[in-house]
Amino acid sequence: MKGPHIDWAGLSPIVAVMGGAMVVLLAGLLRSRFVREALVPLLTIATLGAFAGLSIWQWDEGKDIVSAALRVDTFAMYLNCLLAVAGVCAVLMSWRSLGPRESAHGEYYSMLLFSVGGMSVLVGAQNTVTLFLGFEMLSIPLYILCATEMRRATSLESGLKYLVIGSVGSATLVYGLALLYGATGSTDFSGMARALERSTDLQSDSLLLGGIALVIVGLAFKASVAPFHQWTPDVYEGAPTPITAFMSVATKAAAFGVLLRMMDVALLPSNADWSIVLATLAAISIVVGNVGALGQSSLKRLLAWSSVAQAGYLLAGVVVATQLGVRSTLFYLAVYLVMNLAAFAVVVARERETELGDHIDSVSGIGWSRPWLAWPLTIAMLSLAGIPATGGFIGKIYLLDATVDGGYTWLGIFIVLGSAASLAYYLKVLAAVWMRGAPAAEVATPVPALAGGSQELDPPEEPDSAAAAGPDEPASTGAPSEPGPAAPDPDPAASNAQRAAAEERDEAASAAAREDEAEDTASARDAAADPAAGDRPGRGHWELTLVAVLAALATLAAGIYPDPLFDAVRDAGESFRGLL
Amino acid sequence: MTIHLSIVLWLPAFAGMLALVARRFAGWVTFVGSLAALAYAVALLVDFDASSGALQYVTDKLWIDQLGIHYKLGVDGLNIALVGLTTLSFTVCVLWATLEREHPPQFFMWLGVMHTAVLGALLAQDLLLFVLFFDLMLVPVFFLTGIWGAGDRVRAIIRLFIYTLVGSLLMLAGAIALGVLSGTGGEVSFALSDIGSVTLDKGTQEWIFLCFAAAFLVKMPAFPVHGWMPDGYRSMPLPVLAVFSGVLSKVAAYGFLRVVTPLLPDATAHFQMLLLLVGLASILYGSIMAFTTTETRLILGYSSIAQLGFILLGVFSLDDDGAQGAILQSVNHGLVVVPAFFIVGLLAARAGGSQDLRDMGGVAFRAPILAGLFLIVALATLAMPGSSNFVGEFLILFGVFDTKIVIAIVAFTGVVLASVYMLRMFIRSMHNRVNPGVTPTDIRFADGLVLVPMVAVILLLALYPQLPLEKGEQTIPRQVEAASQATGDHHEIQVIR
Repeated sequence: MKGPHIDWAGLSPIVAVMGGAMVVLLAGLLRSRFVREALVPLLTIATLGAFAGLSIWQWDEGKDIVSAALRVDTFAMYLNCLLAVAGVCAVLMSWRSLGPRESAHGEYYSMLLFSVGGMSVLVGAQNTVTLFLGFEMLSIPLYILCATEMRRATSLESGLKYLVIGSVGSATLVYGLALLYGATGSTDFSGMARALERSTDLQSDSLLLGGIALVIVGLAFKASVAPFHQWTPDVYEGAPTPITAFMSVATKAAAFGVLLRMMDVALLPSNADWSIVLATLAAISIVVGNVGALGQSSLKRLLAWSSVAQAGYLLAGVVVATQLGVRSTLFYLAVYLVMNLAAFAVVVARERETELGDHIDSVSGIGWSRPWLAWPLTIAMLSLAGIPATGGFIGKIYLLDATVDGGYTWLGIFIVLGSAASLAYYLKVLAAVWMRGAPAAEVATPVPALAGGSQELDPPEEPDSAAAAGPDEPASTGAPSEPGPAAPDPDPAASNAQRAAAEERDEAASAAAREDEAEDTASARDAAADPAAGDRPGRGHWELTLVAVLAALATLAAGIYPDPLFDAVRDAGESFRGLL
Repeated sequence: MTIHLSIVLWLPAFAGMLALVARRFAGWVTFVGSLAALAYAVALLVDFDASSGALQYVTDKLWIDQLGIHYKLGVDGLNIALVGLTTLSFTVCVLWATLEREHPPQFFMWLGVMHTAVLGALLAQDLLLFVLFFDLMLVPVFFLTGIWGAGDRVRAIIRLFIYTLVGSLLMLAGAIALGVLSGTGGEVSFALSDIGSVTLDKGTQEWIFLCFAAAFLVKMPAFPVHGWMPDGYRSMPLPVLAVFSGVLSKVAAYGFLRVVTPLLPDATAHFQMLLLLVGLASILYGSIMAFTTTETRLILGYSSIAQLGFILLGVFSLDDDGAQGAILQSVNHGLVVVPAFFIVGLLAARAGGSQDLRDMGGVAFRAPILAGLFLIVALATLAMPGSSNFVGEFLILFGVFDTKIVIAIVAFTGVVLASVYMLRMFIRSMHNRVNPGVTPTDIRFADGLVLVPMVAVILLLALYPQLPLEKGEQTIPRQVEAASQATGDHHEIQVIR
């Protein structure tokens, strides 16, 4: 008996990432510390590397596989590459973080890989069943990953919230898909498009319109498009920061990938129905996201709101339903990926070096003490705001180009005004980085034991005097006022007294950690105390600096020499034959 | 296809980057870079063929293929004088900052980047390249002011940044619309020469015009949208403020003539009266505020509003003389305002750090050289006959007189008011009794190094204002030609010459 033909080559990226996930899961079972803490992340990165490599191998194929349920085309392969980059960065950020240690290394990293696999299925899907399969495969591991810092209540809350709201989104989506099937009689994207082309009556059919609306809502939940964004700030804030970083870029890429394919392939004939709806959502998203971000003092919440606004910008490229629209969305996704990763890498680094968590004070004054983190953050913020010489600027030009070209100039004006408003909060971060001294450590210190130690640490430094000292001779003093936990720079200014105080504090910290272990109190105290007890904070976490610097360089490169990226998105855009 | 302009353009930023590693010599490295750019610009100025109206030393390369953005640089009569002004002002200000000996390398890095950004905006012959550099100018200002400024600097600079970027981003939208809508046959090109060949319909032109006007008026600043100015001027470090006021604001005036009047002639004609009134309001408001405030920085700030009001009048007179006067006055104002801010710094140093006019006075007797130089600057600012500023204002008013006589008559009061506030500032700071807190000493040699070259150029132009004027004779009138004709179609009544 002869089995059905299986195109292993086309399937290879997904096979690689799923197989890798299994291997990682099994390897994590070994007891050796080396295997769990070094080999498992390494295997994960290798898997993602293979995934990206195989995707590039299949770049130009343009074929249907698995009886046309999945499509292997440049569009999907391009997004696969973005997902791999996001995945690798997430692994590097997770490497020495709390999440994998608290759950288990094997499980943590394999969940990450399964999620990437789900996203890969999603962006290749051209059948509603595959679409839903990919959608769930990407979501469920993420629900778990959000809750991996198991002894921190907010992490659990984040996971639960994401689960509940994500399920609502999934339910809406699947109902919408069912209605679409009912209206068009096909689960296949091209079948739907044919059905819609065949009869114009169908295009005003209420079943179809209801289906479109529900599908848009379902996908908008995932892409955190307002007004379906309410979960975003809470989940982003509560989840472990490396996972937040991964979610904010990879989930967005996957959700926009499937949205593009759904709208520009399956529902293209009825584009008059949905484009105005999406345009409205985009405008709402831009307004809501930018207004929401204004008052935030938590960097993760700020970036969460900013991601809502950025989703609005991205949506503009989907609205116009043109080649240019697809290309500009894909271009902006890549730029958004690198600039957001750069910002998040800095947030992760500062979370470990200070005990201020993700509060904006944690980056205060790092311009002078930690330039290798400050510059990437600066570039990321400028790029998110769309300032020239960064990828964000070119990306925004491309999006504006697409909106004007597609007859949605008013949406372009929304993008522009939204960017202007967004400056208020992006610049606030930059002002903290460069124009304020580091805050006294007692500000917002969550652990009483640490706060006790830090009172001795730097009583003379008040934020104001530090700020005043900053502008005068920042270069000569190096770090005008660095709070203890972040101070183990090779900094001549750090006096002996300070060092002694820092040691004292570390002891206090580890004491606090031991106490916590003994009592097993699952509280926020742990989260702050643990990294301080484990590694010397701020020392040797080169992987975070690496991610931040590379991502920032990529952001600059996309702003100065964007041609390669333009070529890639042109190829990817041409996958959509209907728009040519 | 020449590389000259690229060298001029990137030298300062390159020197600024070198400054980061040069540590102790950061200032000098940046200074040498700026000086080299100045020398190059002077060479271009001498070599410039004034009889040809075409772009010269053109560099044209397709930068981003799929967006149709060209890396196209060129000089013509419109920008050559401003390029000279920019390189001169920056060189002097970098020298000034270097001699202050208190700025870290990063300060000079940002100054270098700012220099390049301003030159880029002036040299760009592609609409999006212009917008790019125009926006980029602001980033160094943000860091320079936010980090090394005075007072409530962070709040002031964020306000300034948002104010100006709202305008700039609207301009970006307008620029993209202009490029895309005038694209023929699907091929989009943002090169100014390509856009200029297509004329859009009037309604489209009008909203695009408003986008551009928003950007330029905020940057100038003009009267109703100057809200960022007082706090911004108070908090910027003086060398930065000098180039900001002297050069960056001129790019806005230049932008009107480079982009708006030739590409959007119908809209320009339509909004001519509105913009003239904005100019007039700026003159009156700026002048009145300038002689009521006692903060020396703000006197110069408000006088800038008034001066840019004149320049705006010149541009929107849509007259050959007015436009020429606008460019000449841009150069003149840049030349006087940079030394004026330097003198403010000197006066403050003598008045125990206070920049308030009430704390000054009586310096002239003990400091004759300073007083003399300041007098030249002050007289030039108030457009004394014999100064180049007089020629500039005369041409502007002459141009407005041709088209809108009433506005010209009201604008004349601005000339009178200018002498009131400048002389008041000079008298209050130089004459009267020596204020108890003032130590009247004359300038040092190092101060002279900064001040004298600028004053020398002021005197040179006073003797020979033809120098910048003849460079622009061929080009500048052409920039307002189309718009001027468009007004003729709409308004039957022309003032008889």
